[in-house]
Amino acid sequence: MKAVRRFFKSFLFFELLLGLRLTGRYLLSRKFTVQYPDEKTPMSPRFRGLHALRRYPNGEERCIACKLCEAVCPALAITIDSEERADGTRRTTRYDIDLFKCIFCGFCEEACPVDSIVETHIFEYHFENRGEQIMTKDKLLAIGDRFEKEIAQARAVDAPYR
Amino acid sequence: MFDWMMNLFYSLPTVMQILIGIQLIVIPLMLAVAYTTFAERKVIGYAHVRVGPNRVGPRGWLQPIADALKLLTKEVILPTNANRFLFLSAPVLTIAPALAAWAVVPFFEGGALADVNAGLLYLLALTSLGVYGIIIAGWASNSKYALLGSLRSAAQLVSYEIAMGFALVGVLMAAGTLNVGGIIEAQSGSMYHWFLLPLLPMFFVYFISGIAETNRAPFDVAEGESEIVAGFHVEYSGMAFAVFFLAEYANMILISALTAILFLGGWLSPFQGILPAAAFDLPVIGSLLDHGIHWFLFKTAIFLFAFLWFRATFPRYRYDQIMRLGWKVLIPVTIVWLFVEGVLVAFNVGPWFA
Amino acid sequence: MTFELVLFYLFGAILLGGALAMISVRNPVHAALFLVLCFVAAAALWLLAEAEFLGIVLVLVYVGAVMVLFLFVVMMLDINLAKLREGFTEYLPVGIVVALAMATVLVLVITRYITMDVPERAGPEYANTEALGAILYTEYVYPFEIAAVILLVAIIAAISLTMRKRPDNKSIDPGKQMAVSREGRVRMVTMASEKKKAPRRGGQGSGADAPGSKDESK
Repeated sequence: MKAVRRFFKSFLFFELLLGLRLTGRYLLSRKFTVQYPDEKTPMSPRFRGLHALRRYPNGEERCIACKLCEAVCPALAITIDSEERADGTRRTTRYDIDLFKCIFCGFCEEACPVDSIVETHIFEYHFENRGEQIMTKDKLLAIGDRFEKEIAQARAVDAPYR
Repeated sequence: MFDWMMNLFYSLPTVMQILIGIQLIVIPLMLAVAYTTFAERKVIGYAHVRVGPNRVGPRGWLQPIADALKLLTKEVILPTNANRFLFLSAPVLTIAPALAAWAVVPFFEGGALADVNAGLLYLLALTSLGVYGIIIAGWASNSKYALLGSLRSAAQLVSYEIAMGFALVGVLMAAGTLNVGGIIEAQSGSMYHWFLLPLLPMFFVYFISGIAETNRAPFDVAEGESEIVAGFHVEYSGMAFAVFFLAEYANMILISALTAILFLGGWLSPFQGILPAAAFDLPVIGSLLDHGIHWFLFKTAIFLFAFLWFRATFPRYRYDQIMRLGWKVLIPVTIVWLFVEGVLVAFNVGPWFA
Repeated sequence: MTFELVLFYLFGAILLGGALAMISVRNPVHAALFLVLCFVAAAALWLLAEAEFLGIVLVLVYVGAVMVLFLFVVMMLDINLAKLREGFTEYLPVGIVVALAMATVLVLVITRYITMDVPERAGPEYANTEALGAILYTEYVYPFEIAAVILLVAIIAAISLTMRKRPDNKSIDPGKQMAVSREGRVRMVTMASEKKKAPRRGGQGSGADAPGSKDESK
């Protein structure tokens, strides 16, 4: 009896028709594709995009070259050289992030004791030449200057949960 | 206007007539192939609750043109130690049979480029030739993945050709002629005279082995992107790849059209013999209801949609399951049904064998 | 010279050239492909002789099926050409004798026993397939059936020679796999729900009871 039922089930394409019904139903259902460049989904304040180096309000750069980010980086994307500045503080002479190595895990941001290295919400960027993927200190500081307002706002929104 | 053009056409020398006929078939076919790729992306997108390509042109309608332009401008890369001549002739060998088979397909009454007596045999022979392109592509690429893909496809095609041939023998027995136009004529009468009903198992066997012959999902082990990258055409790029792509879709359309012709009566109208004769005399609706190329295109489109729907639904068969289905299921089914059909013919069971 | 004659000589030349190339090229895959070319040219010659059934069946059976399997095998083989060419001169005299004998027989048969007039052109309505079938199933029905039985015997013999159960073969039977049903594999058990135990050590949250947590593994 069981064999007979199985025979008819397979020769009448019972299970195949079930599958076709399923995809057929989705074929006719409402689509909820977001038309990306025209519409965008809301973004969390914790979004981890392009990196930036921040400054204090008086214009002094925050980074103190503690190299915690370099140590914690799982992809070894950060390279830091440092020396003593004329006023006796330790500052970086080189702060490079290789974006091809970076996995955007956000550990550098977590490790930073002075909230200097942060990840912004920017994710629509590109490179046109080789070597441009190395984000130097100047570039990172420039991004930080440009988006300081948004960066500070995102930190403020997230502050109660930290 | 139309008569004047027809007169002009018939006054041309035969060679010119044939050349024009070829253009009339190949150019719309190529456009159909281009838009089948678009339809596939749309249908699969819809099945995934996406909307599919909609960026190029209004609602994405220029997408196939953009794809073609992109592939045209890309470089055709020759792999090291590849056999140059065979490597480049393989795409041609794949697409040539897919296009040549259309010569005997009747689009409307008497509307075939070549009304060959052994049309059905011709079709079977040409669909079996398509495998050479795949085998040669796999061998000439000098690549292990390509070779594996072509070996899989060779074994699969040889196995399913037998089931396909038997299904065609069933049609041949029912129609009593090898001429494709004659097969359609034999199904005229009404919707119930179509071979779909008496040859229902043959219809399923034919369509399933048709899917297997075109290397489409769920029988696309020759491509098998998850295990052998892209199978026989891994090494192809640019226009050489595009030709393989065109051939696959041209074959799909061919199999759909043949299924429509052999089992659903091609250009025959489903309303013939059901609606009263007066209905066909109505000004516009009458000609739509009557026989014509639109019915042929409509039936073909149904099967083409089935190809896309299957691809969106079924997971890929494993290789030994494919072999089992071909040899142990489809071939016995066809043989049993050939016997049943023989009995039906012997006892003149109507309305098909009366 | 009519157009048909031109076609005849063209395809004849392709056939002969292909055959020569087939036995002279070094690469076995190329040789197989040249054989395919020969078959196609022969099919074209048959079509010219109005034997469309034979022509198309030649393409269908030999080109579409047999040669595909041939290529399949040849592509898998690792053929050592140097070894194959050993003893070529040794066998050459015997080969020449056999070839000459074959050629004389062919020439004798064609010139002496097969003498026929050029057949008349049949009309466009003439169906070669029907005529062939009529002869096969009436006049030659016994030879035809005997040939069929011999082929059947060959098929069965080939299968029984190659079908052997190897003990170390671990391949699976897809038929058996298909026949598996959920009922045969899964047993649903009803049981009373388990009460959550009290924490073993104080101060730990309820998460300590989750399987695999550190507390559990100690």
